[in-house]
Amino acid sequence: MVTGRSEPPWDASALELAQGLAAALTDSAASAASADSALSAVRAASLAQVLGLRRLSGGASQETWAFELASAAGNRALILRRAPPGVHRRGADSPGLAAEAALITLAGRAGVPVPEVLQVLQPGHGLGEGFIMQRLPGETLGRRIAAAHRPALARQCGDALARIHALPLAGLPALRCTQPRAEVEHLRDWHARHGTVRPVFQLALRWLAEHAPADVAPVLVHGDFRNGNLMVDLADEVAPLRGVLDWELAHLGDAMADLGWLCANPWRFGQSQRRVGGFGLADELFAGYRAAGGQVDEARVHWWQVLGTLRWGIICESMGQAWLTGAEPVMEKAAIGRRASETEIDLLALIAPRAGQQRGGGAATHPATATGAP
Amino acid sequence: MQDSPNPEQLLAAVARYLRDEAGPALGRSGQDALAYNARVAANMLDIVTRQLQLAPTADADEGARLRALLADPASTDDLARLNQRLADRIAQGDLGTGQPALTEHLWRTTLAKLAVDQPGYATYRQTLATADPDLGH
Repeated sequence: MVTGRSEPPWDASALELAQGLAAALTDSAASAASADSALSAVRAASLAQVLGLRRLSGGASQETWAFELASAAGNRALILRRAPPGVHRRGADSPGLAAEAALITLAGRAGVPVPEVLQVLQPGHGLGEGFIMQRLPGETLGRRIAAAHRPALARQCGDALARIHALPLAGLPALRCTQPRAEVEHLRDWHARHGTVRPVFQLALRWLAEHAPADVAPVLVHGDFRNGNLMVDLADEVAPLRGVLDWELAHLGDAMADLGWLCANPWRFGQSQRRVGGFGLADELFAGYRAAGGQVDEARVHWWQVLGTLRWGIICESMGQAWLTGAEPVMEKAAIGRRASETEIDLLALIAPRAGQQRGGGAATHPATATGAP
Repeated sequence: MQDSPNPEQLLAAVARYLRDEAGPALGRSGQDALAYNARVAANMLDIVTRQLQLAPTADADEGARLRALLADPASTDDLARLNQRLADRIAQGDLGTGQPALTEHLWRTTLAKLAVDQPGYATYRQTLATADPDLGH
């Protein structure tokens, strides 16, 4: 029998989801796709129990659920990521949940710390598109992770990124491909659609276009590798990185994009003296990257850091706009709209630093830019 | 005229209620998401209070700088329009990081924004700590 603790909201649809999960995890994907679904659900319920199912986060198009699976093999803490049946995932930027699951599995085989994927949902499961994975213990809250200098974590991030970037393209699912200059134009269009007036963003767009590095032979880019998407064991001083999460922005492009995004000030959570997520120094990240076979181009990292800072500013702007138009009438969206100014000061610190000011809001270790004078 | 408490005092009273009473009470009853939103709400009221205090002077200064930068001292355009004209000039490449008058203006304007939006932001604090005494407000 399927049971659930009465975590609100516990309703009929959640019960149905729990039954479906039990079935999906008990049967092999193949038999679940072919068997009579009602029969298999009954059979499954006698073999596995889904306990404590609760919604963690997500919008209308994508849900994240936590639950425990009790079976003869013991209890396992699991996560479901899915788009419910009939709901199609957001825009073309995202590879889709099945591709996400495939990437996590491939990265895990290449030595990147990731949660184990147990089941990719099949049409026969009737649960929509998505996958079930191991729920890792640890900390993801950026502020807590940035509360101390964690050189081993920064080094492990470099190691993990080098492994991701070295994955053979031939085995990857279909992904969008982008290049530096195309990303600038994407941000320019996105900002323009908001109709907001920001001279600092125009200055940043101009700077990015003038300093854009040449196109590269594309590699797998995680796309959202930052403090907040990392599962960390705060007590482990040797190998604290437990899992690289949130692969939904994965794409093909410039490897240095991941390093620059990880170095952007929004993910330092106030600890701007430590360029890497507030927990590490650039030299530690780069050393881990090089030790795993990666090649660092610090000027490109700097360029992508500027682009990432602008990207976060435009994301803040988009949340404010979503509130203003009534599309997302959630109070916090209005507050985040007023945080775009944080990225304006970070952009000025990066591309037009004042005399005597450390470059890049704490990026003191950055060399004189190789992409030309500002 | 209206009686006291004045708008700033009323805002301060509500912010204090949300931050010191409602939020903690929600947290104690396990409603963490609501407690978080109470803190967000209090912070938003603080932004409104700071904007009421600082915007009149900051906006006047920004307008004067914009008219000078655009070489249009008699312009009657409002701030939004002046900023649009500046943004267009930057996008066209007429004004850029090579012009100290532009970057100085953008720094002053941005610092004035942060003074309202997020005066605790690390880059803002660092900038004030290393800046000329007259920079900022």
